[in-house]
Amino acid sequence: MSPENYLHLSALLFTIGACGVLLRRNAIVVFMSIELMLNAANLALVTFSRMHGNLDGQIMAFFVMVVAAAEVVVGLAIIVMVYRSRHSASVDDASLMKL
Amino acid sequence: MNSWTHAQGVLETPQFEWVALSPTLIVVGAAVLGVLIEAFAPRRYRYGSQVVLAVLALAVAFAAVVGLAANGHAGAEAQIAGMGALAVDGPTLFLQGVLLLIGFVSVFLFAERRLEPAEHGRAVDSFAAQAAATPGGTAEKLAVRSGYTTTEIFPLMLFALGGMLLFPAANDLLILFIALEVLSLPLYLLCALARRRRLLSQEAAVKYFLLGAFASAFLLFGIALLYGYAGTLSYAGIADVISGAPSSQVDPGLAATMGNDAYLLIGGALVIMGLLFKVGAVPFHMWTPDVYQGAPTPVTGFMAAATKVAAFGALLRLLYVTLPGMRWDWEPVLWGVAIASMLAGAVIAITQTDVKRLLAYSSIAHAGFILAGVVAVSPEGVSSVLFYLAAYSFVTLGAFAVITLVRDGDGEATHLSKWAGLGRRSPLLAGVFALFLLAFAGIPLTSGFAGKFAVFRAAADSGAMPLVIVGVIASAIAAFFYVRVIVLMFFSEPQPGGPSVVVPSLMTTSMLGVSVVATVVLGVAPQYFLDLAGQAGVFVR
Repeated sequence: MSPENYLHLSALLFTIGACGVLLRRNAIVVFMSIELMLNAANLALVTFSRMHGNLDGQIMAFFVMVVAAAEVVVGLAIIVMVYRSRHSASVDDASLMKL
Repeated sequence: MNSWTHAQGVLETPQFEWVALSPTLIVVGAAVLGVLIEAFAPRRYRYGSQVVLAVLALAVAFAAVVGLAANGHAGAEAQIAGMGALAVDGPTLFLQGVLLLIGFVSVFLFAERRLEPAEHGRAVDSFAAQAAATPGGTAEKLAVRSGYTTTEIFPLMLFALGGMLLFPAANDLLILFIALEVLSLPLYLLCALARRRRLLSQEAAVKYFLLGAFASAFLLFGIALLYGYAGTLSYAGIADVISGAPSSQVDPGLAATMGNDAYLLIGGALVIMGLLFKVGAVPFHMWTPDVYQGAPTPVTGFMAAATKVAAFGALLRLLYVTLPGMRWDWEPVLWGVAIASMLAGAVIAITQTDVKRLLAYSSIAHAGFILAGVVAVSPEGVSSVLFYLAAYSFVTLGAFAVITLVRDGDGEATHLSKWAGLGRRSPLLAGVFALFLLAFAGIPLTSGFAGKFAVFRAAADSGAMPLVIVGVIASAIAAFFYVRVIVLMFFSEPQPGGPSVVVPSLMTTSMLGVSVVATVVLGVAPQYFLDLAGQAGVFVR
């Protein structure tokens, strides 16, 4: 099977993630969509690594996983903190600063 | 036998240039020490030791930058360090020096404890007693009564600064992404830590986090596509493939998999987009006003100054080292972004009624002015951008420091109407703020004029005359609302029950003094610093 199919899949996942960020209103779901985008990028990196026959892309994918884990720590802390003070995780409710 | 399952040859020990990378290592090392202090030191010693540690680390790191520059690393001795991952050259050292100075004065702003009224007999700073406590809940009252303070801000700030020091030095896409995250993640947290108006502050953190993570996902996918295009993550390697001469490191048998122009165009666009988000340029500026308004003001000042410096450094290196072969593709796009940023920032700022939001839109307009220097694509363009960043960051820090001092019963009085007549109540502070506003507007004899002049001259010399004309028009529009604030402060009657000006400790006073001196000196006698930026304007490859 041609590795290019994995690139198509990765582009599809990235698009689904981006749409999720723009369309969903719950902060947790938005955040999950962002994680999906990061994983789509990982898939693309690993596929390109296979196509080129060098390991740079796979090493990059490892770093991305670590960064994504760190991002989860920070992101969930912020979202949970907001949920506790507002009893809502909807991104539409966060509008105290609208003019 | 294939390369996935069998080790090929012996791994070489990586070369690591400890001296050339010492500024970043010192700052990150101090941040790790700061975390250990948080973990093991008794609560009452933390504040003092954190402040001393941060100040010492930043001073030593700055001395290291000056030492490296004096040894010629900014010119003839410029080198690629860390196995090709980091470039130690003129722009890197200049921006690292500026970033360390910003960090140095920001520590004073973070550590200020005279502004908030004392709680239960203890002096407190502008950060939440305990970030995890629900606003207004019993846990928060308990934390305040016990005299808790969030001294984690100092290691968080040092980590962010460590990422910022790496960002302009990044010479490969992996380091670019890591540095971006290392600088962003602590900033998301710092935004959420205001003592007053905690709901606003938390809202700012959520918005900054979600949009920042969204933008970094785009940047990452762009990196993946650029890797797919060139088969390497290093800036020089990608530039070689773009110019049609892949380096010998790439296996010629795999040349067939490289060089798909669609990957290059989409990938380059996505990476530039991620960087423009950090810069706050127009189609990607939506987060700026909300985050600037909601974040604690010392954090806003630090973030507004330092993020812009670091992100423009990374953008310059990416465009000038990696993508010069695509110049005809990215130049028109950046023209459009620069024009949109200048005009939108200046026009929307007119309608603002909150001082912090006003400065946020002004920072968007300034991102446009700096981009005008970036698209000049000449050594003068680079050095003018370096100079502009240095001048702009001190004006910004000073302006936000003034905002921390104007307070009423609810904390900072950021609504513009409350600033009416401030010049009569406190002529000195209003005069200092007026100086910063004039520098933002680019009035001669302030650093803002020298910076704008340098950037516009570089743009005009490279034939970007329309950009210069739009820039001058945008400056005129912007001058209108800066002057309006000055008129409001000096020529309207003070309101009864208006805000009062708090007398700060020596820390904020000296920090304001440094900002005023920098604004005036860079405006009256800019030549030395322009020469310095001119010498630093060459990228190593």
